[in-house]
Amino acid sequence: MPLDANDLGAVWLTVKLASLTTLILLVIGTPIAWWLARTHSWLRGPIGAVVALPLVLPPTVIGFYLLIALGPHGWIGQATQALGLGSVVFSFTGLVIGSVVYSMPFVVQPLQNAFSAIGQRPLEVAATLRAGPWDTFIHVVLPLARPGFVTASILGFAHTVGEFGVVLMIGGNIPDKTRVVSVQIFDHVEAMAYPQAHWLAGVMLVFSFLVLLMLYAGRRGKSGWS
Amino acid sequence: MRIRLPYLAVSTLASLFTLNSAWADEVQVAVAANFTAPIQAIAKDFEKDTGHTLVAAYGATGQFYAQIKNGAPFEVFLAADDSTPAKLEQEKETVPGSRFTYAIGTLALWSAKPGYVDDQGEVLKKNTFQHLSIANPKTAPYGLAATQVLDKLKLTDATKAKLVEGQNITQAFQFVSTGNAELGFVALSQIYKDGKVQSGSAWIVPARLHEPIRQDAVILNKGKDNPAAKALVDYLKSPKAAALIKAYGYEI
Repeated sequence: MPLDANDLGAVWLTVKLASLTTLILLVIGTPIAWWLARTHSWLRGPIGAVVALPLVLPPTVIGFYLLIALGPHGWIGQATQALGLGSVVFSFTGLVIGSVVYSMPFVVQPLQNAFSAIGQRPLEVAATLRAGPWDTFIHVVLPLARPGFVTASILGFAHTVGEFGVVLMIGGNIPDKTRVVSVQIFDHVEAMAYPQAHWLAGVMLVFSFLVLLMLYAGRRGKSGWS
Repeated sequence: MRIRLPYLAVSTLASLFTLNSAWADEVQVAVAANFTAPIQAIAKDFEKDTGHTLVAAYGATGQFYAQIKNGAPFEVFLAADDSTPAKLEQEKETVPGSRFTYAIGTLALWSAKPGYVDDQGEVLKKNTFQHLSIANPKTAPYGLAATQVLDKLKLTDATKAKLVEGQNITQAFQFVSTGNAELGFVALSQIYKDGKVQSGSAWIVPARLHEPIRQDAVILNKGKDNPAAKALVDYLKSPKAAALIKAYGYEI
C-alpha cells in the first residue's frame, strides 16, 4: 500500500470533516436559503452578500480572521472560554466552524435557487387544500427541491474536501485532529516526498472527478445550480 | 485635470527605459522565511552601497526547492538549511563553488506574554500550557531543532499532545503572537532586534541542545551571468552585513 497510516488518517479525517460540515450546513443553510428565496425584506441583499463572501474572499483572509476571532483575545474565543469549551483553534471543532463558514455559499445558493424555482403556485395550492406551513414544507417543498438538496450536499462536501488555506491558518497540523488530505499533500511536497504526494494527489483528483461526474451526469438538461 | 496623451506616452516610454537599464542590475532572491527581517535591512544598505536592486520572495525552503526545480526565476537562494542548497548543487542547479553558510540560526522559546517564559526554559517542564507551537519538523529546520531540544530535555512524550505545527517558522510565530499558543519555538531573529528581545518573554535555547541550524546560500544557474547576484553574495560575506546579521540574533 503506497499510502501510510498518516495518509489514511488524513483521508479519514477529511471525510469526517466534510460529512459533518455538510450535515450542519444543510440544517442551518435550509432556513437561510428559504428566507433568502421568499423574503422581500431590504436585508435580503446584505445577507445574501454575506453568505456569498467566501466565494470571493481568499481562504487566507477567512483563516486569518478566524484565527483572530477564535483566539483567546477574539470575541468568539472569549465566548467559548466563558462557556467552558476552551479555545477551539487547533481542534477539530475549530475546523468544523471554519469549514461551515467557508462552504456556506456552496450549500445555500443551490437551495435558494431550488426554492425560488418552485414559485408561489404549489404553495398556494397546498394552502387551499388546507395544508399547514410545515405540512407544505415537508410534503411539497422538500420533494420539489430534492435536486437542489442533492447539488447542495455534493458541492458542500466536495468544497470542504478541497479546503486548504483556512485549515492551514487555524489547524496547527495535528495528526488525526486537523491534518487533512490537502495539508498532508502540501507537507509531502515541502518535504520533497514526491511519490507520496503523487499518490495522495492522485486520490484527490480521481475523487473530485467522480464527484463532479455524479453532479453533471445527474443534471441532464437542467441549467443553473439547482 | 486633462492628461495630455503625448506627454503620457513619452513619460511611460521613459520609465520603461529606466526600468530596462535597471533590469541588468536587479537580483531575484528566494529568502527563507526566518531571514525576512534581516534581509530587508541588508537590502537597504546593499542597494545604497552598490546601486543594485534586490527583489526578495519569502517562503519555505522545501517550497522554493520545488519552484527552482521547475524553472522559478530566482538567481540567489538563501535557504533555511544546508541540505537543500547542497542537494541543488548536486543536481547541477547552482553555480559551482558558490555555496556558503551565511548565518547560523538561534532557536528561542517565546511567549507573547511578558514573564511567561523564564530564562532557563523551566516553563517547559512545568507543562501548564495548552499549546506549544513549533514549525513543521519534517520541512523546517527550526522545527527539527525544536524537536531535538524536547528530546534532549526528555519532554517529547510529555508535550506530544500539546504540539501544534506551523507550516513554516513564520506561522509558528504567528500562532504564538496571536495568543492561540501560549508559547512556541521560534527563530530568535523573529523577536530580536538591536541585541535584545523586543516583546513578550523568551528563553534563548543553548546551541548544545540541538544540531546547528546552518543556513546556506547559493547562486542559482539563472544568476550565473548577473553581476548583481555575485555582488549580493559578496556583500553577505562582508563585515558590515555580518554585524547586521548578528544583531538579529544569528551566529556566523
